Amino acid sequence: MSIKILATGRGLPKKILTNDELSIMVDTSDEWIKSRTGISSRHICTDETLTDLGVTAAKSAMAKAGMKAEDIDLILCSTISGDYTTPSLACAVGFYLGLKCPAMDINAACAGFTYALDVADAYVTTGRAKNVLIVSGEMMTKHMDWKDRNTCVLFGDGAGACIVTKGNALRYIKILAEPNLSHLYLEGKTGNSPFYHKQVRESYLYMDGQEVFKFAVTMIEREVKNAVAALGITKDDIDYYLLHQANKRILTTAQDRLKEPESKFPSNIHHTGNMSSATIPVLLDELLEAGKIKKGDTLFMSAFGAGMTAGSCVMVWE
Amino acid sequence: MLLERIIATLKEYTGKNDMNITTDTSFEDLEMDSLDIVELAMKIEDEFNVNIEMSENIKTVGDLVKIIEQAS
Repeated sequence: MSIKILATGRGLPKKILTNDELSIMVDTSDEWIKSRTGISSRHICTDETLTDLGVTAAKSAMAKAGMKAEDIDLILCSTISGDYTTPSLACAVGFYLGLKCPAMDINAACAGFTYALDVADAYVTTGRAKNVLIVSGEMMTKHMDWKDRNTCVLFGDGAGACIVTKGNALRYIKILAEPNLSHLYLEGKTGNSPFYHKQVRESYLYMDGQEVFKFAVTMIEREVKNAVAALGITKDDIDYYLLHQANKRILTTAQDRLKEPESKFPSNIHHTGNMSSATIPVLLDELLEAGKIKKGDTLFMSAFGAGMTAGSCVMVWE
Repeated sequence: MLLERIIATLKEYTGKNDMNITTDTSFEDLEMDSLDIVELAMKIEDEFNVNIEMSENIKTVGDLVKIIEQAS
């Protein structure tokens, strides 16, 4: 016995920022961005809060699952971008949904959704929760230096949600961390204490692209091997690889090294950019809406992020 | 010879089979960006069974050959 995803939802801000618009702001071009990242546009917040996006995604998932507020007994949010440092995004979303159950945030960077699935699995299979609402929401646009053309073109905002309950879809899950504080980081606020010596003035997301790329591709290849070995299956049994939509180059290199066909790697990064932990649940919701995933399909999901964290799972869709 | 094998791998990766590639050839000449260099380094790691430390100072074919020789 494990868990299944009963329903999904997504919330994307209304403004669509194109590469051409970005080219007016920084020294870049549509051709450069598309060829190096696969991104044509991304959704960015203008008057929406991250809580708004999370609530939209959650309401959609709850409606599809036929669930009311009182049916949810745990909210898990994965985020690095809550509107408040405290209360948590989970509490903020819970406030607007009228939920009165335990609520907590998980910060595992871009691997957050897989970490949330792992925690939800633990709660459901031990009988401590029946229906878990997972919301993975990110407002990456407030973390980027909009003057740095290397990073400001990569990210977008959005939230994905799902309702998790008892089932048999999840066949394998593994989360991990290989602690590293220099390849990918975003420093937090340090306040104005006159006694603290380590103040940070402004902080923006820093990323060593080469190291992150290498970590991601190596990890995906290794975790596919681990997953299929653990399940006694082969890559032929995997119908779709739902990978964290960080950069199209990571996806194509992983696909190339796995020697698997492109058709197994659905991607929506062209219109979302990198939304950190929101990418997989948003992709999943779009695929389900389009009827692309059917019962019995074997999905390998994998995400990787700052920490360095990573999480992979195999679900046979129920 | 190491250089010849690296050049062969480079030609296969870039498709530039007719290009005259030497130790002075830069990755920019080969129209390779920073992620191409990592991907190439990973292929070389697999082929030569070495571990390559990535660095933004790997700018030419010669730089890459030196790193591999040091790692072997």
